[in-house]
Amino acid sequence: MSEQHSEQHHIASPTLYLTIFAALMICTFLTVVAAKIDLNQYFSGLNIIVALTIAVFKASLVVLFFMHAKYSPKRTQLVIIASVFWLAIMLFMTMSDYVSRSWT
Amino acid sequence: MSATPAAVNQMPREHYLNATWGIRSWLLTTDHKRIALLYLASVTFFFFIGGAFATMIRIHLLSPKGLLVTPETYNKLFTMHGVAMIFFFLIPSIPAVLGNFLLPIMIGAKDLAFPKINLLSWYIYLVGGCFVLYSFSTGGLDTGWTFYTPLSSVYSNSAVTPAVLGVFINGFSSILTGLNFIVTVHTMRAPGMTWFRLPLFVWAQYATSIIFILGTPVIAITLLLAGLERVFHLGFFNPALGGDPILFQHLFWFYSHPAVYIMILPAMGVISEIIPTFARKPIFGYSFIAGSSIAIAVIGFFVWAHHMFVTGESTYAALTFSLLSYLVAIPSAVKVFNWTSTLYKGSISYDTPMLYALGFIGLFLIGGLTGLFLACLGLDIHLHDTYFVIAHFHYIMVGGAVMGYVGGLHYWWPKITGKLYPEFLARIAAITLFLGFNLTFFPQFILGYLGMPRRYASYPPEFQVLNVMSTAGASILALGYLLPMIYLTWSMRYGAIAGPNPWPGTGLEWRTPSPPPTENFDVTPEVTWEPYDYDNRPDLGLDVSGAPALAHGDD
Repeated sequence: MSEQHSEQHHIASPTLYLTIFAALMICTFLTVVAAKIDLNQYFSGLNIIVALTIAVFKASLVVLFFMHAKYSPKRTQLVIIASVFWLAIMLFMTMSDYVSRSWT
Repeated sequence: MSATPAAVNQMPREHYLNATWGIRSWLLTTDHKRIALLYLASVTFFFFIGGAFATMIRIHLLSPKGLLVTPETYNKLFTMHGVAMIFFFLIPSIPAVLGNFLLPIMIGAKDLAFPKINLLSWYIYLVGGCFVLYSFSTGGLDTGWTFYTPLSSVYSNSAVTPAVLGVFINGFSSILTGLNFIVTVHTMRAPGMTWFRLPLFVWAQYATSIIFILGTPVIAITLLLAGLERVFHLGFFNPALGGDPILFQHLFWFYSHPAVYIMILPAMGVISEIIPTFARKPIFGYSFIAGSSIAIAVIGFFVWAHHMFVTGESTYAALTFSLLSYLVAIPSAVKVFNWTSTLYKGSISYDTPMLYALGFIGLFLIGGLTGLFLACLGLDIHLHDTYFVIAHFHYIMVGGAVMGYVGGLHYWWPKITGKLYPEFLARIAAITLFLGFNLTFFPQFILGYLGMPRRYASYPPEFQVLNVMSTAGASILALGYLLPMIYLTWSMRYGAIAGPNPWPGTGLEWRTPSPPPTENFDVTPEVTWEPYDYDNRPDLGLDVSGAPALAHGDD
């Protein structure tokens, strides 16, 4: 029973949803603008870093508010964090190949 | 001898098989036991499809120049064999059939946590299967089961897109099954069924479910990307479009190496149930076996790039992955040592499930140790893409996973159907299977070591003797598979009534009638005993004070 109580749905206000939606739209606009500016002249790979940072921020908004992770029980949050950690392992170990290919 | 009194050996008046009637009652069922049987029929169908392709491969390889088909068709045969067997038989076999049937009963639950999602997973499996069958029947598939790019995404003229979609869709079936198992184990255990009283089969299913959930989305999206590149020419893996083919291999193997453990872990769970039952002893090192299942599931995610030692990854990454690959041997060896320690001073009986379990240990040992050869960076340069690799993974997949599956089917068949199969015939089949398997695949170790590459439609004449041996073994192996299908089907109608606990076993599944009622138990059971505790279970009717108790079939 306690499990059921703890997983009762949190009701978010329409204002909040609209705010998040607006934030996502602004971030999309920023992504397009950032793609049109040659940031690589300042730092190699900066364009992709900016694009991915905005994308991660947008994904976090979707997971936290649209998918209700912010209001979910701790166990659900733990599962989400573990999944992201697993994704990080995949990316890290894959990158270990790309980064070290040029080593002699 | 059955320890169960004869008076008890009656079929229950009402059980899950006769509770409702009609095709609708099956196609819309939410009973996990019926869904398990739906899966049983489906995976058996795909086993036949994959088996038919394997038969054609072996007939073709009887002659150095190839006996049966053109090289192009040969490419399709081994590809379709792999896709059917891996994605539609091996991966779902034990979890979706035996796991579905047993997991709720073993923990004292009435069903899985999400019965409708369980049925949905079967339908998704069927939809994915239809896509793949469409691919097979409209030009076939020639990319290898690994779908390596840019062959699959650019150059192949075969029906890649429906096959990729089929495997993508099928992935959701696995994810839903894994999700269902994890939630069920967490939330629906009977009173007294603590984590360390869970049967080891449940631990194995739990570990497998973790891989299902963490790995399957990666393969699904990877194959979808390959499909998008093929259809819409988006550059993910094609160098001409700015992509990287090695990236496909990283993403593919991030799932597909752990998928090996999806196939073998549940079989290990089956063996952990069979060994104590037929050794009449508590299993040795319960917590280590349980922990090693989780360890294999976790470490299995850190080794994937050993499939890519010669495909262009960096030497330093290869060194790291080689070292990590050796680590998997530790929890695997923990299991083998614990099973053999359980046998020590046990009252062993050689009933059919035990023959499969003992066969599993031997074959898995060979498959596992040859895996260490392949994890060795230097040696793998020589053995990569040879028949040595084919032999190695068939020792794990067929010698391990399929032996576990068939052994598990025999072990729980009395529970599933309420009937006993003919024991003598079953023992003959088990021995036939073991001999046929070894004759088929052991020569392939030698062929590979001598340098015969995999996926070639022809070979030098000096390799013919070993290839003929292999094909002869495959014929015996086929007989070993056909026999159980015949006598198990026969036993459903004509077999002797099994009673609730024919072996006898200690788990909760043996404390409910055979076949079980729809709700599994008339009264929710309360677990007051430790797992596999043969020493303190007078209800089993075994004499533990004096001479070793006889097992079923010893009279």
